[in-house]
Formats: sequence, C-alpha cells, structure tokens
Amino acid sequence: MKNYDHLIFEISVPGRVGFTLPNSEISGYNLSSLDASLLRKEVPALPEVSELDVIRHYTNISHKNFGVETGFYPLGSCTMKYNPKINEEIAAMKAFNSIHPLQKASDTQGILRIYYELQSMLSEISGLHSYTLNPFAGAHGELTGLMIMKEYHLQRGDFKRTKVIVPDSAHGTNPASATICGFDIIEIESTPEGTVDLEQLKAALSDEVAGMMLTNPNTLGIFEKDIIEISRLVHEAGGLMYYDGANLNALLGIVRPGDMGFDIMHINLHKTFSTPHGGGGPGSGPVGVKEFLVPYLPNPQINKLDNHYFLDWNKDSIGSVSGFYGNFKVWLRAYVYIMTLGKENLRQVGCLSTLNANYVRVHLEEEFNLPIKGFSMHECVFDGLKDQSTGVTTLDVAKRLLDYGVHAPTIYFPLLFHQSIMIEPTETESKQTLDSFIEVMKKVAKEAITDPQMMKLAPHTTPISRIDEVYAAKKMILTYKDYLKENQ
Amino acid sequence: MSKVLEGFLYAESHEWAKKEGKIAVIGITDFAQAQLGNVVFVDLPEVGANVKKGKEFGAVESVKAASDLICPVSGKVVEVNEDLVGEPELINKDAFASWLIKVEYTNESDFNSLMNAEAYKEIAK
Amino acid sequence: MFKYFPHTEADLTQMKQSLGIKNTERMFQVIPSAVRFNQDYNIPSSLSEIELRKHMEELGKLNQSKMIFSGLGAYDHYEPSVINHIVSRQEFLTSYTPYQPEISQGTLTYIFEYQSMISSLTGMDVSNASMYDGPTATAEAMFMAEAITKRKKILVSDTVNPNIMSVVKTYAKYKGLEVDILISKDGSANIESLKNKLDDTIAGVIVQRPNFFGIIENYDGFSKLIHDNDSVFIINGDISALGVIKTPGEEDADIACGDCQSLGMPVAFGGPYLGYLTTKKQHVRKMPGRICGQSFDRNHVRSFVLTLQAREQHIRREKANSNICSNQSLLALYATVYLSLMGPKGLKQVNELSYTGAHYLYDQLIATGKFKPVFNKPFLKEFVLHTHLNVEMIQKHLSDHGIFGAVNLGDFDEKYQNVVNFCVTEKRSKAEINHLVSLLGGLS
Repeated sequence: MKNYDHLIFEISVPGRVGFTLPNSEISGYNLSSLDASLLRKEVPALPEVSELDVIRHYTNISHKNFGVETGFYPLGSCTMKYNPKINEEIAAMKAFNSIHPLQKASDTQGILRIYYELQSMLSEISGLHSYTLNPFAGAHGELTGLMIMKEYHLQRGDFKRTKVIVPDSAHGTNPASATICGFDIIEIESTPEGTVDLEQLKAALSDEVAGMMLTNPNTLGIFEKDIIEISRLVHEAGGLMYYDGANLNALLGIVRPGDMGFDIMHINLHKTFSTPHGGGGPGSGPVGVKEFLVPYLPNPQINKLDNHYFLDWNKDSIGSVSGFYGNFKVWLRAYVYIMTLGKENLRQVGCLSTLNANYVRVHLEEEFNLPIKGFSMHECVFDGLKDQSTGVTTLDVAKRLLDYGVHAPTIYFPLLFHQSIMIEPTETESKQTLDSFIEVMKKVAKEAITDPQMMKLAPHTTPISRIDEVYAAKKMILTYKDYLKENQ
Repeated sequence: MSKVLEGFLYAESHEWAKKEGKIAVIGITDFAQAQLGNVVFVDLPEVGANVKKGKEFGAVESVKAASDLICPVSGKVVEVNEDLVGEPELINKDAFASWLIKVEYTNESDFNSLMNAEAYKEIAK
Repeated sequence: MFKYFPHTEADLTQMKQSLGIKNTERMFQVIPSAVRFNQDYNIPSSLSEIELRKHMEELGKLNQSKMIFSGLGAYDHYEPSVINHIVSRQEFLTSYTPYQPEISQGTLTYIFEYQSMISSLTGMDVSNASMYDGPTATAEAMFMAEAITKRKKILVSDTVNPNIMSVVKTYAKYKGLEVDILISKDGSANIESLKNKLDDTIAGVIVQRPNFFGIIENYDGFSKLIHDNDSVFIINGDISALGVIKTPGEEDADIACGDCQSLGMPVAFGGPYLGYLTTKKQHVRKMPGRICGQSFDRNHVRSFVLTLQAREQHIRREKANSNICSNQSLLALYATVYLSLMGPKGLKQVNELSYTGAHYLYDQLIATGKFKPVFNKPFLKEFVLHTHLNVEMIQKHLSDHGIFGAVNLGDFDEKYQNVVNFCVTEKRSKAEINHLVSLLGGLS
C-alpha cells in the first residue's frame, strides 16, 4: 500500500462520475442562456472518478501520513496532544452544522452561549477580562492582538508608538505579524540563559514603543523569571505586554498570563485545547484582553443580556478580521475539551507536561548537548549530539527517528543554537512511551558514531526517502498541469 | 574556509565590488553563498534602474534562507547577469565569477568605505 | 486519574525520583510566588461523557435548523457523504503541517491536487495551500498587490460583499494602506468610474463576481486599463460558480481569491471555511502561505514537498509579506475530495440546478406582486429583490415555517433598506420553492 503513488488525475477515466444529483423538475430555464461572454470556455481540469476510486485513493495516500494516533509526536512548540474523539462527535452534530451564519440570534442561542461561555472560561484560565474567538489561527490572533494594541494608542492620541519589541528567540510569526500590522521591530538579544536581557530591554524602551511580544515559557522552554520586572518596565514606558500563547500548555494550573502583567494574548486552541491540527489547520486563535482594551476587540462581539445572547458591534473596535465568527467548529471542540477536563483536570496539564519534558531531558543529557541547564517547562531544547565527530547533524537524527516510528522533534528552531532539537512530550504521553523514545534517541546517538553513513541517508523505512528540495524550488512544478508539461 | 580574493572590495553585508573603469561589478562573496546553501533564485533589478549605496537592490534565495542584496555603491544598472536567472547555482560554483550586476557608479568615494580582502577575512569566519 | 492522563502514582513517583525531586513544585520554583496560581479555575467540574453528551444536546436544541434560502457568503450546497469519512481519518486529521515530507506524503499529495484543481478552476497558474477564508484571502491579495507595485492604495468596488470589504479595510488600516471605493452603476463595477480613479498611486483593484447582489459582472476592458496603469487586477470569485462562469484567468486578472465554502462545506455558523488564493507564476514569490511542489526522493520516486519557503514568516520573519502559518489544510482536503467526486460534470450540474431553481424563484416572486427587481443584470444562484413589505415581518413569517431567507441587505448598509437576498442551490426542490413562494405570496 505504501507504494501507491498516483495522483487523483492519473486514475481519471472520461465518463466516470462520483456523484448523484436530483433531476431538475423545473423547465424553461437554462444556464446556457447566460451571455456567452460571461461563461468559462475551458472545461476545468478535474478528475472523473467513481466513488470507490475516490475512497481508495485517499485511503491509500493517508497511509503515507503520520498522525498523533500513529505514534509519539514530540514536535516542539506544536503541543501535539491527543485529540479526543468526543470532540469530533460533538462537532459533527447537525444542530451545529446546519446553522447559517446570518441566521437571527434567536435561532443560534446554543452556539452563542458556547461562544460566550468559552470566552469566559478562557478569560478565567488566562487571567484576562474578555476574549474574541474570531481569529482563525495563532498568527491571526497575533495580528488581531497587535491591531488592538495599535488602536489603543491611537485612540489615546499617542501617535508616536510605532515600534514593537520582540526577543530574538521569538516565533517567526511575531515579527511577521508586527510588520503586517504596520509596526517596526526592535529585536533584543537573549541572555546566555536564553531569557530576556533586562539591560537590553531598558535600552530599547522609549515613548516610541507600543509594546512587547513575549512567549513565556520562551521558545527554549525556559520560564522568564524576571517577568514581573519585564512587565513593570514595559508598562512604565507606556507600552503594553503581548503574550504569545503558543506555549500556554506549560502554564495550565501554574500561572496565568494576566497575573504576570500581560495585557493582550492569543491562545492556539489547536495546541493547548486539543483541537486537531488537520495537517496544518484549521486552527483557532482567540484573543484575550484586559478590561481597558475590551472596546477594541474585533467585531462582532458576543454579549449577554439577562439570558439572551446577541451579536454586538462596537464603534471603537478595530473592525472585523474574519468573514463571520472564526472557526466555529474548532472553538466548539475546545469548549468540549474544557468541559471534559473541568477544573479538576485542567489544572494538572501544566504540571504533567512539564514533568514529562524534564523526564526526557535528564535521560538525554548524556548523549545530547543541553545548552541551558536546570528545569525546563513543557519542552526541552538540545543543541545537537554531544559527539559530532562523525559529522552527523540534527537533521540526520531527526530523519533516523522516523525509521523508529517516532515523529521528529522540531529541529533548527530556536535559531539561537545551530543544531536545535526541540522536544515537547505532552501530558497525554505515558512514562512507557517516553521510556521507549529515550531508548530510541540513545540508540540513534550510538548509530551516529557506529554508522554515520547510514544516518546521513536516513530514513530508510518510510514511504519515501530524503527529497530533493532544490529541484522543487528551481523547477516550481506546482500543479498537475506543470507536471505534465515537464514530463512531455 | 571560504575564499576571499585579493583585488575585490567587500561590504559588511557580504557583497563584493570590483572597479573596472567607470563601472562597478557587483556580486556576493563566497562566504555568503556558503551560508545560504543551494541558491535557487536570484531577484535582480532591471537595466537602467537606479541603485543606492546601502540600499536593497535585489535578493538571493536558497531552500532554507533568503537574503536581501545591499548595494555597495550608488549609480545606474548597466548590465544584469542573465545567466543567473536560469542557473542560479552558478553562484554556488563560483561566487566571484558569478557577478550579479554592473553599475555605472556616481561617487568614486563610495569605494572608500568598503573593506579590502584582509579586513574582510576577519568578518568571513 | 483521568482518561487523557496516563500517569499512575507509581509512574509519578519514579519520574520524580529520576529528577531528584520529591515534589513537582520544585520544577516551578523560578516562578515568582506572587503570581503563582494555586487554586482551582473558576470553571465547571469535569463532565463524564454521558453528562457531556446530554449537555451538548441541550445546547444543540437551542439552535434552530432551517431550510436555507439565502446565501451571502455561506451556501447550502450538497455535502457528499464520502467526504467526512475521508477527512476524519486520523492520518489527515491529527497530523501537523507536513514539514517532514518522508512521513507526510498523504498531506502533500492532496495539497498538490488541491493546488492543481483550484488553479484550473480560477484559470491561473499557481495556488497556495489555502488561506483562512475568502475575506482574509482578499486582504492578503491586497498585500500582494502592494508588494508587487510598491504602491499604497487599493480600489475596491462597492459591489463587493461588505463582510469582505470590512476585513480588507481592517487589514489596510493597520498596515498603512488606503482603501478607495470604486462606485458601481446599476449594481455592477463600472468602467467609467475605474478610468477616473486609476492613477499611479493605485496598487490594485478588487472586484467580486458574482457580487454582493448575486450579479455576474462584466469586466470587458478592465484588465487593459488596470495593466496599462501598472496596477494589479484582483477578482474575488465564488469557487463553485467558477465551474461555469468566466474565470479570473480568462479575464486576465493577476490574482484570484475567495471562499471555497460553496464546495459542499457545511454552513456551520461561519466556519471553518476555506480561503483560496491563486496567481500568475511571475508573482509566486509574492504569494503568502504554504506552497507544495513536486520533486524526487533519493531513489527518484516522485514526491511532494513544501517549497519556496524562503517567502514565509518562519524564515523571513519581519520581512515576510504575510504572517500566515497555520492555514485550513483539512478543508483543502475537503475541497479536493469534493471536486474529485463531482468532477467537471457534477460541478456543472450543481450550477445548472442552482441556476434553474434561482431563476424560477425569481420569476415566481415577481409574479406575487410583493417583490420588484432592483437590477436587471445576469445572476447565477442568488439575487436581490425590493419589497414594500416589512422585512422583519417576512423573515418572521418564514422562520415560523422553518425557513431562513430574505436576508435584508439593509442590515449591511442602510442604503439597501428593503432589498432582500434569496439563494437557491441544488438542494432545494421545486416543491420547496413553491412552498416558499406561497408563504410569501400570502403576505400583505
């Protein structure tokens, strides 16, 4: 099965169909009566296949994928926890799927109540006042949050604040979002311990700074111990604190961003709140704010009067950032997840994921370079193999792990180290799973010495071997049409 | 160790310039190509475009990185190395032979702030 | 113990031992105690699955499912049964972005197929791997126009759906771009207005087809004017409709964008949907988001991989043209499976059935005497009519009979008071349409 390598276009046979539709009961109308200048001339290049053809094709290609249910997925920064089945069951209910987004609030009280209750629970969990669920993903949440930051300064008449401070260890989305929001970026270097350098921060602060973006624990898995001082300094300079919620999992039951002085944050529901990553989306990136920023949240907001929920448009809002109300069925799943865990279990998440990461860390310190000593939070970062004498790199290690049925950790990020390996074992992983991962990592470290050649060619057992990325970038074969042209 | 050739002048942003009469030939250094890895795309200005010392005039891109090209001198582009459009990997083969653009420079003094090979060797480590 | 946490007491003890700690608190001692959170969250207690199902069913009952007779960006098309079975496979559902191509060929293959289909439907050269939704895809198209032309002003037709317009305006405001409005004539983007507005400050022009009124606008002469001005021509188009109507490629547009919800995706209170973005090959490096390309592995097996990544935020950081990271990949699979099942014939038939039903309804509603045409322009599956009746009353009456329709365009913009939207898809039978007509015809 793993050798199946067709594209759907290649199993197409003219005349086959994969659908049934009712016959028209209405006569006297015909699409072809539209003016020909408004109609497309070329038949779209879509496959002609039977229903079973479609099912077999996609089932076969699915076998070439690795999911959370396939095996251990310690991808750092991505929080690949188990995606509960009950969430899927609820998200498939007709009562949620058949509702048109423009239906009256009286038709959608159940959904609006979920929106309202989820934003309240997220506010409680993060120590903020209110949330919008409209942003579609983490980066979209960042952009929304920065727009709120900008609008706040603008409405105060403070037009000078055009800069945002971002540590060099930040996710790439932070500086990118700030640019898209029309800010200039001040990048500050981390200390050798990987945390914010207070002196550099002080030097960067001025009345031109709109705020600072920070992930805590940072991308090295280290808690910013000076966070109270950082918030104080930024606030004193008139800036706002933005929390990148990508690493929120570590903090559940431990500390709340609002209490650390953050004014605005986003949450990646597809990380911390277990909604499936879907091969890269749909995610959901709710944005929370302190009370003084509530008027600027994107439109529409969902509010409640007596027991009635309604859509609310605020004139001070940044405007809308989505066609409707975000990825509803994603935030619906997050709601189900929180209701399933409840207060008793949600508070355990940070502790268990941190324990798992530290357990992995102490068992791999012998074979892998640990640039930052001491307890990590929910993920740990190594800087490549200790013994690099055979020239085996982090990339080779990652590829070899695939042969052992383990998804590779995040590699070459953070950029502070040359050979970063970032491991995030979430709370849903057992000690047994961690033990076998540790065993595999040790074995791979050994192989790097005993058989470096084999390591450089890894993986050996996957559906394909290493791929020629230069060919892809140079040839730019981006559609089946391009492919046919190239292979005439 | 990457190559640093005598007779070329160097910018901190890893471009080289060579004076040929009224023309400055401009490329990226061997160190820069090694840092980038396999170059897959070069974005160059059109002939006739004005370029400014210290300002971006194009970009080189590899699979894993993209880097803006910063012009070491001001002037007008008189020729563009069209060979690089089809074969950007030439830069990896020989960064000093694979010039990017030729510029009719406006200020002779622009060359003064560039480094000689010896100074650049300290940077390209 | 809890079902999602596998740690037994014995495990915890052993794990703590190997860390040399007695208490897990030790791991958090760097956290200032002033901010340490040491209590339960003020949220409900854990619900068992039995309780949870009951709770969600109760919430479900608070929503009213209706027979849908309006569109405006969310269309009630047929959802083939097969699709959900495929998109709920864990291999697709629970995997991450395909950064490790050796174990992600499933995802990469469907992205390549998706890009191929969407490029063909829009008549363009390249598609990215997806955007969030139609409105944000349109805003990103605007950023592309800025990057291509290095100009700061965008012209948007006032016939573009206000939900798209408002997202474009939000994005523009904070990036420091200016939005200018292209004034329409008789419900369509107008070439004379375009001539007047074009100058060397205009980065791009955004139009929508079918537009906010359901009208299939005519763009004769648009591309020449826009290109002579070195500006970028952007068409937002309903992807299902592009199965039959003239493509952005055939209009010589530079960028096509829009929503793919109409490819059988549930209306689902607005999401998740799927935005698409396609362009000409010369602009591919200005394109946001992930792009998949074909290559070969070491054994020369044809394979797929994310490519041209040097455009993206994780490499370019503050110099990237877009900040998009997660997209709507699973919905791209949904669209790909839908288009595979329907093929060219099915997509055409969906449009024909919708066209037929919509035009039948249009004529029947006019015949009631309660509705009048607003524009005399061609449309496909949705249209607007003016009514002298109280719109709230119409909607209430329909709602009481289990129908959602006659959305008031006045809710979007006051100048369209008493102009209402109707939409008919292949899901509406003649009997259902007749029922709607009789309900409306009986009103006074």
